[in-house]
Amino acid sequence: MNWQYFLPYVLVMAVVTYLIRMLPLAAFRRRINSRFIRSFLYYVPYAVLSAMTFPAILYATGSLPSACAALAIALVLAWLEKSLLTVAIAASAAALIVQAAISMI
Amino acid sequence: MNYAKGFRDGIPIGLGYLSVSFTFGMMAARSGLTIAQAVFISMTNVTSAGQLAGLNLIAAGSPMLEVALTQFIINLRYALMSLSLSQKLDGGMTTLHRMLFAFCNTDEVFAVASGQKGAVGRRYLYGLITAPYFGWALGTLLGAAAGTLLPAMVRDALGVAIYAMFIAIVIPPSKHNGAVRLAVILAAALSCAMFYLPALNRISGGFAIIICAVAVSALCAKLFPIPEDAGEEGGAA
Repeated sequence: MNWQYFLPYVLVMAVVTYLIRMLPLAAFRRRINSRFIRSFLYYVPYAVLSAMTFPAILYATGSLPSACAALAIALVLAWLEKSLLTVAIAASAAALIVQAAISMI
Repeated sequence: MNYAKGFRDGIPIGLGYLSVSFTFGMMAARSGLTIAQAVFISMTNVTSAGQLAGLNLIAAGSPMLEVALTQFIINLRYALMSLSLSQKLDGGMTTLHRMLFAFCNTDEVFAVASGQKGAVGRRYLYGLITAPYFGWALGTLLGAAAGTLLPAMVRDALGVAIYAMFIAIVIPPSKHNGAVRLAVILAAALSCAMFYLPALNRISGGFAIIICAVAVSALCAKLFPIPEDAGEEGGAA
């Protein structure tokens, strides 16, 4: 990809991300008093990650059956509170096994 | 609470990042980025969800404002984490050190730092971010360079790893907290609706995530405000 096209995008991403992380840490040392805002911020990570995962995960492996297998394995292992690494690798393995099985049929 | 202790605590995070950023590097290469560009994104952004969303928007040629807004919303959770962590730093964490450390305050780094007993200092924190930062960069490098050498079937299967990690972050708290469970289910449902329903699917991916996150978080905050004394530990683990 052309750097002249790519660089402004990445710098904007980096600056926005850095300011979000840095400003509260460096400048704001008091506690937020608004209960609504604190509650809102509490739910944001879960809503963001869930919205990013669904339905995108269904199209992440190249075929619907292998994606469904990966999703099912990820949900079960996450429910059992396995580590991020375990869940990620097991889901990929499930997708691979189902895809291999399909290609042999 | 010295550098070595922090470094040791950061190793498992770094290993986890190695695998997830491998996937990111692969996806970046597939989107037309060079190896150097993929590593450059990882070394300047250090955020899985934001980089993934950004990659899709760059590949789609989205407007700069949409990219900035998407990063703002997706990464807004870091503001809460930084805010929370700012209450836990010792006197050695001057403004300069806070500004340096903030660059690498990821979900997992935040979770480990918050879990320490008492105040944390700069030596420990710099130790803690070392392995995750270089693991994130190295994984991206390997993924972008070697991803294309892998058989297509393996590459496709690895594409799911980053989403599986997101699931591993949101499910355990959903198990223990009904309001978080509701937020996760509603956000997934709304996101699917915006992807599949005729008129709604004209909204681009970045804005769809923003709308889902803001609507669902506001609704849950209204219906289930967190207890007055809690919430400081909020944010994904």
